[in-house]
Amino acid sequence: MQFMLLFSRQGKLRLQKWYVPLSDKEKKKITRELVQTVLARKPKMCSFLEWRDLKIVYKRYASLYFCCAIEDQDNELITLEIIHRYVELLDKYFGSVCELDIIFNFEKAYFILDEFLLGGEAQETSKKNVLKAIEQADLLQEVRHLIKITPN
Amino acid sequence: MLRLIDYSKLPVGVNVRVIVCLCMWPCDRLAICPGCPLPSPESAGIGSMLTLYFFLPLSGKSKEAEIKRINKELANIRSKFKGDKALDGYSKKKYVCKLLFIFLLGHDIDFGHMEAVNLLSSNKYTEKQIGYLFISVLVNSNSELIRLINNAIKNDLSSRNPTFMCLALHCIANVGSREMAEAFASEIPRILVAGDTMDSVKQSAALCLLRLYKTSPDLVLMGEWTSRVVHLLNDQHMGVVTAAISLITCLSQKNPDEFKTCVSLAVSRLSRIVSSASTDLQDYTYYFVPAPWLSCKLLRLLQCYPPPEDGAVKGRLVECLETILNKAQEPPKSKKVQHSNAKNAILFEAISLIIHYDSEPNLLVRACNQLGQFLQHRETNLRYLALESMCTLASSEFSHEAVKTHIETVINALKTERDVSVRQRAADLLYAMCDRSNAKQIVAEMLSYLETADYSIREEMVLKVAILAEKYAVDYSWYVDTILNLIRIAGDYVSEEVWYRVIQIVINRDDVQGYAAKTVFEALQAPACHENMVKVGGYILGEFGNLIAGDPRSSPLVQFNLLHSKFHLCSVPTRALLLSAYIKFINLFPETKATIQEVLRCDSQIRNSDVELQQRAVEYLKLSSIASTDVLATVLEEMPPFPERESSILAKLKKKKGPGAVSVTELEDSKREGGELNGGGDRGPDTSAMSASNASTPSPSADLLGIRSSAPAGTAPASAGNLLVDVFSEAGPAAPSAAVNDDGFLRFVCKNNGVLFENQLLQIGIKSEYRQNLGRMYLFYGNKTSVQFASFTTSVSCPGELQSHILSTKQVEPLVEGGAQIQQVLNIECLTDFSDAPLLNIKFRYGGALQNLTLKLPVTINKFFQPTEMSSHDFFQRWKQLSQPQQEAQKIFKANHSMDTEVLKAKLLGLGTALLDNVDPNPENYVCAGVIQTKGQQVGCLLRLEPNAQAQV
Repeated sequence: MQFMLLFSRQGKLRLQKWYVPLSDKEKKKITRELVQTVLARKPKMCSFLEWRDLKIVYKRYASLYFCCAIEDQDNELITLEIIHRYVELLDKYFGSVCELDIIFNFEKAYFILDEFLLGGEAQETSKKNVLKAIEQADLLQEVRHLIKITPN
Repeated sequence: MLRLIDYSKLPVGVNVRVIVCLCMWPCDRLAICPGCPLPSPESAGIGSMLTLYFFLPLSGKSKEAEIKRINKELANIRSKFKGDKALDGYSKKKYVCKLLFIFLLGHDIDFGHMEAVNLLSSNKYTEKQIGYLFISVLVNSNSELIRLINNAIKNDLSSRNPTFMCLALHCIANVGSREMAEAFASEIPRILVAGDTMDSVKQSAALCLLRLYKTSPDLVLMGEWTSRVVHLLNDQHMGVVTAAISLITCLSQKNPDEFKTCVSLAVSRLSRIVSSASTDLQDYTYYFVPAPWLSCKLLRLLQCYPPPEDGAVKGRLVECLETILNKAQEPPKSKKVQHSNAKNAILFEAISLIIHYDSEPNLLVRACNQLGQFLQHRETNLRYLALESMCTLASSEFSHEAVKTHIETVINALKTERDVSVRQRAADLLYAMCDRSNAKQIVAEMLSYLETADYSIREEMVLKVAILAEKYAVDYSWYVDTILNLIRIAGDYVSEEVWYRVIQIVINRDDVQGYAAKTVFEALQAPACHENMVKVGGYILGEFGNLIAGDPRSSPLVQFNLLHSKFHLCSVPTRALLLSAYIKFINLFPETKATIQEVLRCDSQIRNSDVELQQRAVEYLKLSSIASTDVLATVLEEMPPFPERESSILAKLKKKKGPGAVSVTELEDSKREGGELNGGGDRGPDTSAMSASNASTPSPSADLLGIRSSAPAGTAPASAGNLLVDVFSEAGPAAPSAAVNDDGFLRFVCKNNGVLFENQLLQIGIKSEYRQNLGRMYLFYGNKTSVQFASFTTSVSCPGELQSHILSTKQVEPLVEGGAQIQQVLNIECLTDFSDAPLLNIKFRYGGALQNLTLKLPVTINKFFQPTEMSSHDFFQRWKQLSQPQQEAQKIFKANHSMDTEVLKAKLLGLGTALLDNVDPNPENYVCAGVIQTKGQQVGCLLRLEPNAQAQV
């Protein structure tokens, strides 16, 4: 996978993850172009499209579009399920996730993504294991919080 | 309502959230999933804090208000970072996090990197985490920072705390810069294979290494780790296998031999997954499909290798593939789309593997049938993928026929699919499945689709139709009909290549010329016809109008009037072409002379504001009145056949779709089948071809020049003169191949890379680099034919006292396959100064005949120049020191080309010297300095070039 973008129906970028080195200018250009292309598509159309020399796999969940760019030999359907698994992970973590969760807890969305995908490849596909890792991190956070608070 | 809230004082984000819900947008649940919702971890997160600060920009306020608010916030953060009071970790984290948030809203952030780096060394987990996130998202290639970041990562990697190690590895994988590869490429494999590494760390390490390998393959050396990495495929933990297999796949693609052992391991792993019950793998089962991601990756890995040689392994694999195909027929275990997607993802990957092996006819046909079912599936995604996958199946000899049976479905898809990207796939598949037997049907369907096709794909469709029509043309009248239809239906999308091509073919084939003339004549009858049609019509009638002139309905005058009726609606280039057609008419049909001269003489031609049109009118008018019929007949003779070359249309399609879209075999196919069809490539039969026919017959061309000098238009001759010169230089004879060939040589004096030599058989390209007295030259020998070159040998010799010597040359492979390119490396050392260049001798057999070729290698003394900078004072002091006659060489030469400052500068730099500005008192002069490096000594060299623009010297 070369990159993943999450954007709203209004075209606002909510999360971006790039697995190939690109300049900021290039990133902005790609984002603009893709958001436009994907938003212009009708609901019943297929979830894949050719774009430059990449394949775009996208899916809409409520007000958010999840959009991945994969290489020629990559598998479209499994990428679609990568998106779905990521949504499931977010949903399980936030509890009925909505766009606002991702906006305001963007760091969590990034951490979950990093546990699930790394360098553009699936790292851990088990829902339980990913969430375990995140919860452990949260626990560490809580503990530190407590330590910080106790001296007061 | 929102403005009423004093958001900076609200306790926690809950209230705010409620209010935003009232605005009704970003709060719909993304997924409707069963399962108990976890309590939202707001209380612990930074999110709540941010909610308060950044509520405003999200609330749909005007852009200006948002920017104002952001700028205020940025100023605030900046002052906090710059302030005298040292910030504690918590505040630092808070502000860094805010910066990130602002960045993610789409604003530029140019500070805060240092604070983020500081956070990395915090021993508080959240602070470290935010620091790493900032670095990952907003990495800056500031070298000072990279060093600090690398230090922090190093500490975390050696901390033995798995959570910290993972954070550090994630950061490396996210940034993946060269500096990081340099620092960690040797460390990470150790972590990956160490026995005491935690599974989660192993997973991160594997993918981290993959990322580094992709950025800097030269730095990631697996060496001793190879076999231990391959054995990760056997790991107990499915997650480790999932992560490791991506790394192994990538490494296998680059070094297939070293990783060969992975094949049998992958097969047995796959076999275990495929045969497992849907619940065996617990959490790795996804909607009743066991380990879909891992299965896909395993099948993908196997595609890096040919079918396993070991019979048992192969048997097991074939069994797996059959099971996967069988499962596709079983009733679904769930109605959820995730279930079918995951199942079909594996199926498509298995089919890719079957196509990759291309050796099991049984499996290929089964795959084809399965895809055939998908062609009519109600899921658009599946139809799309089936069309795409079938495209590759069509190229296999075993399944080509099976694919063809679905032609009706595919044609139907082309007509009825609502999504253009699906229709595009259908068109691609039709193109791929086309052969002699169904070409007429497919071309007809594509033509009728073109009438309603989307604008975005029309041009490509036109090219495809043109190629198919040419490739499978049994009778050429069909071909001509097809292309003319193409122009009629989609004239705007017919590129020049397409109509050039039809003309090349008509000119090269006697038997179709009469038919073509008749057909274009009919097509031109239409009240509104496309300009491209006029071009083809004008050209063909100009050449072959005589073939239909016998019929009174298409008598010369009728033909002329028909063409001329379109004249005024056409653009300048078409009009120019028509004028050329008219003069040809005068030659073909003397009876039209008066009418045409009348047309040429009228003011709108002879005084046309366009120089080209005016010149043509004037010249043609004179030509027709001065030249005798003999001269006229020679000048305006029928065009000679075009030399055979690769179809330019095919080249265009390839360029459009990138390499791979048109396979090499296809290219060769068209060469073989369309051999006779293939006319000239890029030399379009446009106006310059007309001039070429003028130029190739000396005496009338002299007449023409005479006329030109008396032409009333003062500005015209210059441009036409250039045209003629161009034509002459193009027509120059190719250099004889046996003699020492140095026409490419001079071009390399000032540059290091390019094509040294090219003829019909062979192309030799050069890439060279020089440093001090050493040089290295890469020679690329490209076989331009489709036939293998046998006993290909090259040798380099240094004539006479040549001292720059070739240190080592590796012999090249004796066989060069058709279309292949081989590479040879020469190492060069300059011992003392020299003036002759070494010779390269190449011998090979092409179709039995021995070819012998000697070329001068472009190694000249200036390649060993080191540029030297010096001041004006230094330069002239040294210049004056060189007063002895043998130390000085002066030459006055006439410039061959016009002198352009930039070009000259580029040449002088290409020479290898340093160009010194503001040294010479006369700004027109160029001053250069360099040192020639030889093994024994270094010779300084100064150069002054004094151009004289008036005298062209």
